[in-house]
Amino acid sequence: MTATSRVARRRVVGNAMFQGAVSAAVLVGAIPFVLIVFFLLRKGLPVVLNPDFFTQVEHPAGFPGGGMKNAIVGTLMILAIASLIAVPIGIFAGVYMAEYGQNRLGDALRFISDVLTSLPSIVLGIFAYSLLVATTGHFSAIAGSVALAVLMMPVVLRTTEAAMVLVPNAVREAGYALGIPRWRVTLRVVIPTALGGITTGVLLAMARAAGETAPLLFTALGSPFLNLDPTKPTQTLSLIVYHNALTPYPDLQDEAWGAALLLVVMVTLAGIAARIYVARLQRMSR
Amino acid sequence: MSTALPTGGAPSAAPALLRRGGHPGDAVFKVAVYGAALVVLLAAALILYEVVAPAQPTISRDGIGFVTGSRWDPRVNVFGALPFIYGTLVTSILALVLALPIGLGIAIYLAREGLGWFRAPLGTAVELLAAVPSVVFGIWALFVLVPVMRDSVEPALAHLAFIPIFAGPLSGTSFFTAGVVLAIMILPTLASISRDVIRTVPRELREGSLALGATEAETTLKVVLPAARTGITGAIILALGRAMGETIAVTMVIGNAPQMTAHLFSPGYTLASIIANEFPEAQGRLFISALIEMAAVLLLLSALVNAVARVLLVRGTARARAAR
Repeated sequence: MTATSRVARRRVVGNAMFQGAVSAAVLVGAIPFVLIVFFLLRKGLPVVLNPDFFTQVEHPAGFPGGGMKNAIVGTLMILAIASLIAVPIGIFAGVYMAEYGQNRLGDALRFISDVLTSLPSIVLGIFAYSLLVATTGHFSAIAGSVALAVLMMPVVLRTTEAAMVLVPNAVREAGYALGIPRWRVTLRVVIPTALGGITTGVLLAMARAAGETAPLLFTALGSPFLNLDPTKPTQTLSLIVYHNALTPYPDLQDEAWGAALLLVVMVTLAGIAARIYVARLQRMSR
Repeated sequence: MSTALPTGGAPSAAPALLRRGGHPGDAVFKVAVYGAALVVLLAAALILYEVVAPAQPTISRDGIGFVTGSRWDPRVNVFGALPFIYGTLVTSILALVLALPIGLGIAIYLAREGLGWFRAPLGTAVELLAAVPSVVFGIWALFVLVPVMRDSVEPALAHLAFIPIFAGPLSGTSFFTAGVVLAIMILPTLASISRDVIRTVPRELREGSLALGATEAETTLKVVLPAARTGITGAIILALGRAMGETIAVTMVIGNAPQMTAHLFSPGYTLASIIANEFPEAQGRLFISALIEMAAVLLLLSALVNAVARVLLVRGTARARAAR
């Protein structure tokens, strides 16, 4: 065998090994996620399919027939209050960055919101605790909502900015040419054009917040009762998964699996909805 | 968008006429959006204040001793955070070591063009997995991964116990299990950001290399990855930051024992998990202050790591664009 053909063979073999390694990485990476989905369905599906799961409140260990009504209502309430705080501020700050933010303040805001996005969520829990629990003397849904709002705000802000920057300047200029003041052009022309991207950002932020546990541990705290008063401790699905999984009682552990499955379904649906929406808008704009 | 219209950055585009007189509504609107921007900045400042100020009792009592002390005994008010900092670093670095080769492999695979119909769904799946809540990884790790670790993986690796890291009590709840869970959790982030970075490498570089007769492997390893190096480093550090701040899943599997040991199969503790475990029932001014100071240390660590990552990601993308 000549030297060149030996080199050629080594290169071919090396290439095949590389391709094999890349495919192997995809397969190995998929294994844990396949297993997670498998166990979620196996352990969670029977629990979720029981109608009591949605219509009953929690029961203590050993008392069958309990459900997640209090946690589902609590999750939705905390998420709604968090969105009421984070969405308007996030969108308005995003409008600022896209329309007025080509300066130092805009750059500072961009940097700060990136740092905020990646803060550990438990730190935000401590923040909300110091701000609203230590000062009022009691745990509350609002404290949890504030922690989640801080988590959602930068996501809404950055996606709003990104969506508005994509709106062609010709659209703005057409508005100005008609004599429409700038604020009306922004509100009635630019924001509606960018609405798809903004909605996606809001959905993604809500999906992220819905599954958070750490910032709620010592703010919303959790509660076995159905509660609609935002100033009282409130249960969420994520807190149930955490607390029940760590108990030694099989019936409570089963509830935890059911709640985990419900959370994943909610988060995944929000993610898919956001993507379908974006895909449709992209097709329309073509 | 198929047409190349100039986008964004309205101020320069607004005609001078508009700017001179202005509309009264413009001023009001500007105040409103300015206000929202300031609220975000204020929130950031408030977070810093509310996480540092309540830790004042231990900050003024222990000073730097808080982060260098290795003894943790709340009953006698001795608070050394070093074992927790150690646990945070060991688990996140372990996670990175485990996730990096697989994440890069997935990124390389996803960044290639036209290799089958399932690429798009696979990419979407990876992004959706990045949104799976931490607590879901936690419950799965607790009931599925911990037994496997305890009964199979750790005993098998314990045959290598002459290397000290593969030693410990084989209980399944350990630094090692926490590292594995974190590796799984950061994998989607690592893969999708690295894929985006690799995609910014100019096509001409890749095609030029292939046209010169380099194989796919040589092109990827010697041309594409080096060109994407800065951005990939950014992605890695970003993933490290995420692993350091991860709380719930780690708390459920790490075993909660504050100790510094090279034995990865021993139980440990992290900054985030001691807060999650102890804070809801914490009593005493100094103990609460110590736990809040843990959060302050975690905040500083992750802000630092993330700032570095952002700078690298921005620079990496800019360089790839400049090369185009």
